[in-house]
Amino acid sequence: MEYLLAFIVGGLICVVGQLLMDFCKLTPAHVTSSFVVAGALLDGFGLYDQLIQFAGAGATVPITSFGHSLLHGAMAEAEQHGFIGIAMGIFQLTSAGISSAILFGFIVAVLFKPKG
Amino acid sequence: MSKQKLTPEQQEYKEKIKPLQPKPPYLLNVAKAFLVGGLICAIGQGISNFYLTFFNFNEQTVGNPTVATLILIAALLTGFGVYDKIGQFAGAGSIVPVTGFANAVTSAALEHKSEGLVLGVATNLFKLAGAVIVFGAVSAYIVGMLRYLFQMWF
Amino acid sequence: MKLTGKQTWTFSKELYIASTGTAVGPEEAAGPLGETYDLTFKELHCGQDNWELAERHLLEQSINICLQKAEKQPEDVDLFLSGDLINQTVIANYTARQNKIPFLGMFGACSTSMETLALGAALIDGGFANHVLTAVSSHNATAERQFRYPTEYGGQKPDTATYTVTGAGASLVGTEPSPIKITSATIGRVMDLGISDPFDMGSAMAPAAADTIATHFNDTGRTPTDYDLIITGDLSSVGTPILKQLLQEKKFDISSNHQDCGLLVYRPDQPVFAGGSGCACSAVVTYGHLLEELRNGKLKKILVVATGALMNPMMIQQKETIPTIAHGVVLEASSKGGHE
Repeated sequence: MEYLLAFIVGGLICVVGQLLMDFCKLTPAHVTSSFVVAGALLDGFGLYDQLIQFAGAGATVPITSFGHSLLHGAMAEAEQHGFIGIAMGIFQLTSAGISSAILFGFIVAVLFKPKG
Repeated sequence: MSKQKLTPEQQEYKEKIKPLQPKPPYLLNVAKAFLVGGLICAIGQGISNFYLTFFNFNEQTVGNPTVATLILIAALLTGFGVYDKIGQFAGAGSIVPVTGFANAVTSAALEHKSEGLVLGVATNLFKLAGAVIVFGAVSAYIVGMLRYLFQMWF
Repeated sequence: MKLTGKQTWTFSKELYIASTGTAVGPEEAAGPLGETYDLTFKELHCGQDNWELAERHLLEQSINICLQKAEKQPEDVDLFLSGDLINQTVIANYTARQNKIPFLGMFGACSTSMETLALGAALIDGGFANHVLTAVSSHNATAERQFRYPTEYGGQKPDTATYTVTGAGASLVGTEPSPIKITSATIGRVMDLGISDPFDMGSAMAPAAADTIATHFNDTGRTPTDYDLIITGDLSSVGTPILKQLLQEKKFDISSNHQDCGLLVYRPDQPVFAGGSGCACSAVVTYGHLLEELRNGKLKKILVVATGALMNPMMIQQKETIPTIAHGVVLEASSKGGHE
């Protein structure tokens, strides 16, 4: 059941992205940027946590969860240090994603050759 | 979509060629994006469950290793020249998941390998994916500040 | 008068294509014209370390083959006219560094093939050169990474997109009789009918092709039936019907004798979207297949109209619409000479 929910919710988020690309002629960079902002906004109203509760990886795998994690890290730090903590905490929770993207991206670039 | 003002002649041309232009297969594209996007998320769920079962992670923290694993897989698929083929098939289905982020990072780095490790690979790593981080950080900061002020006053 | 009408050059000397050379990549070799190319590579890197070197290798090879066929050395050539799609036309520049022939670098995007041929012919006609080498190249991966996304990026292209031809075509123009004659050329005007989608070059370039073809007929007093074939460079399956309609509106019916290099170069089942594009698209089809048809008598007189989109990614991101151009060259079968 959790697999089915992850599949359906994750798939539906991608469908929104596809519609933005096909109908609104947005580039992939515009779509992903908008989705990250949307994730942060939804989390601002506390909605994204509910979605993760419901769909599991269906909500954590799409790039929207990146916005949600950024905000979560910021708010956790703000609890301790006040508004200064917002800037301190932004990358707290997304560290794994960004650092692994840098690391693996770099390693693959060194080891492989573009195939065309 | 141009912001430039079109002349009447240009507008007339655009109208005239509309019936001659192929329409994107909207329904098919949506179906493919749904299938592949959903599949990637279901795989993510499987990876999550794996870390939950065999390692010391809980529901809150399992997102990190899951995302990192998906990024590793996507980076390798990019290196093997497979991810661009998936992308042509799936569209947003392989762009919206975090694997698309990994593909954007890896493909840009790989493409600029010919210019060296520092000015090629490293400098261009975030050429495409950087926008996501910029908009994510800026929007998280603004939303975070608003929420902080809101909590203070009410 | 060499200038005929407003934009057409009629050459007064007898000008001939002495020889041509073509080199292509794997996707083109697998296409329906695979047999007509002089050299084919099984792999997109063409045995080189990076994409730009691969494209240079293609250009150099096509030139070598062309000169070999004519039994000429680089020193025998007075002028080298060449261009490509890469920033500052470096592929052509760096090739010219090797062969030391006096060089004029040219850029007309994918129309560079006929731009170089027309100007080469005109310079010989004007007495400024005896032998001119014209050559163009394009490479799928160099074009992708410069104009679109990294080659391994998983973006989705629409059906209106085109696939840049990997290849290079060279021709040697001179006055010694050969089976292929160059008789006139029509230089195009830059057209922009408001298309801004870089994945829809066919729609953007069709008006330029229509303008050049109509101008050619008006300048020369000829009609479409004077040609066995009117062939455009890379309008693809999107631009081709638009071109036919635009010319129909001007009362020129080319529906029975028009073809497009971008549609000839690949089979429909190859993963090339609407068809081929790039400088090499019109060059390898013209210098290979079409010249062969002229030589063996299947075609007598053809008008080759190479189309180009004169944009770069920065202009696209600044929301500018796409200016386009088309240049036409008339090639005729000649009964005279030639040892081929």
